[in-house]
Amino acid sequence: MPAKRFSISQSIIVLVISLFSLSCLFPFIMVISGSLSTENDIINYGYTIWPKHVTFDSYRILLLGSNRIIDAYGISILVTVAGTILSVFVTSMGAYVMARRSFKYRNILSVYVIITMLFNGGLVPWYIICVHYLNLKDSLWALILPMLANAFNMFLIRNFMNSIPEEINESAKMDGAGEFKIFYRLIMPLSLPVLATVGLFVALSYWNDWFLGLMFVDKQELQPLQLLLRTLVSNVEFLKSSSNASAMQRISAQIPSESIKMALTVVTIGPIVFLYPFLQRYFVKGLMVGAVKG
Amino acid sequence: MKNGVIRELFKNRTLLLMFLPVAVLLFLFNYLPLAGLVIAFKDFDFTKGIFGSDWMDPLFDNFDYLFSSDTAFRAVRNTILLNALFITVGLIFEVGFALLLNEVRNKYFKRVSQSLTFLPFFISWIVVGVFAYNLLDFESGAVNHFLTTIGLKPIDFYSEAGLWPIILTIAIRWKATGYGTIIYLAALTSVDNSYYEAASIDGATRWQQIRYISLPMLRPTIIILTLLAVGRIMNADFGMFYAMVGDASLLFPTTDVIDTFVYRSLRKSGDIGMASAAGFLQSMIAFVLVIASNYAARKIDKDSAIF
Repeated sequence: MPAKRFSISQSIIVLVISLFSLSCLFPFIMVISGSLSTENDIINYGYTIWPKHVTFDSYRILLLGSNRIIDAYGISILVTVAGTILSVFVTSMGAYVMARRSFKYRNILSVYVIITMLFNGGLVPWYIICVHYLNLKDSLWALILPMLANAFNMFLIRNFMNSIPEEINESAKMDGAGEFKIFYRLIMPLSLPVLATVGLFVALSYWNDWFLGLMFVDKQELQPLQLLLRTLVSNVEFLKSSSNASAMQRISAQIPSESIKMALTVVTIGPIVFLYPFLQRYFVKGLMVGAVKG
Repeated sequence: MKNGVIRELFKNRTLLLMFLPVAVLLFLFNYLPLAGLVIAFKDFDFTKGIFGSDWMDPLFDNFDYLFSSDTAFRAVRNTILLNALFITVGLIFEVGFALLLNEVRNKYFKRVSQSLTFLPFFISWIVVGVFAYNLLDFESGAVNHFLTTIGLKPIDFYSEAGLWPIILTIAIRWKATGYGTIIYLAALTSVDNSYYEAASIDGATRWQQIRYISLPMLRPTIIILTLLAVGRIMNADFGMFYAMVGDASLLFPTTDVIDTFVYRSLRKSGDIGMASAAGFLQSMIAFVLVIASNYAARKIDKDSAIF
């Protein structure tokens, strides 16, 4: 008897989990299907799981037709690569100083960093500082610099470096190596696991970022991919919510169509889905380290 | 004494130099905006900058203006109510899903379902906004297509403000449940198996084992994560609101939060006085809440506090 009841509850559990798991996958499939559908099918049948007529037109237009999309892709890749390299280098270098036990004032530096996790000036002063004092409006640096130093990541790296024995520093010092050389040649390679984790954190947040673009970039050729996607979505929405439908139909030939929007979405999430196995593994690891002590 | 400090700093000048880039970045993007909070008491003039602008006369004029605004009140109310809703539902879903996954015997099934549910965490809210649009659009949305197929009337989601607290909750759960489950599941897998064995020898059912072993084991984690979330209750996730709701002003009665309100006042209406006053209050309340919740978390479990 107990065995039977057990298997019924097991199957209910498996069913519930399966349903939720599939619902997580469902929108991805719908977007891919939408990107391969003809415009008519989307209008007539809506977004479906399987395209009625398969066409690659939207991808063709995406690749050949619009410089703006290629530009946006380039900007996103550039920002992600440059931002990740710079951020990992700068934060790990700072973390090294905070982890250096022979340095008497390292705790003061830690407090300096922690304060930024607790206090927040909010959007208005931050925006005005960036625009008025740092002149970041419409520059590529605006998409990189504000996110470069991250307190949480610094503590993640510092905690890892704390577990590296101090003797390594001392013996290297005996051999005449300076602090920077010790950091660069010894500590960085030894910290590779945590640097990889943080690197993925940072790369993901740069790739997914559109907030900085929204705040600082008005020039179209500097717009990152995510922001371009947002612009397309809101344009269509804007037209849909406007009252005159006939004028909308006239314009709709000129604005990017539904399936192009879907194709752009696929291209935007493509790298993430492609790298997902790595992302997942390192994220779970990093989450555990962070959960132990931030 | 003072000489000692200088000598120590000079001795470690390379280290200080190595810390300099981060120090400068944090100063520019975190410390300067903190000082910039005084803007709430200034009559801001772009040409004079934050610190050069004249003080407001009377000093609290920006706040008077803010408090007389219904929109601002609405934004505060929405922020707190929506966040409370998100925290509660999130807690139930994440703990519940972790408990369910923990019951699964098949390791392969467990791994695959964890991978699938974690995936949405990695995409931006912009993309989630596109997904939501695919589902909810009046004409081509999948939900309305389904409704018309089974003979029901389609719903114009983008003008039904009342539905959006539910829609946003679903969106967050879709995006973050897999992520939120990880910590709870880790806590569950660390529970010694002998507890369960002893309980089942004593005749406890699976349900009783969950009720009297698993849940109490999760209690500290639940309390701490909830406390830290409550500490951020004044801060709305701007990305989500902006990507999901955007400029659909018909939805503002239930979805306009402090962060979107401040953003609009700053970038759209150019009402910097009101935006800075709202931001100032938000920062101050958030600061008190963060300190208080962190203090409480520290009392419960020393290792879980941020500081």
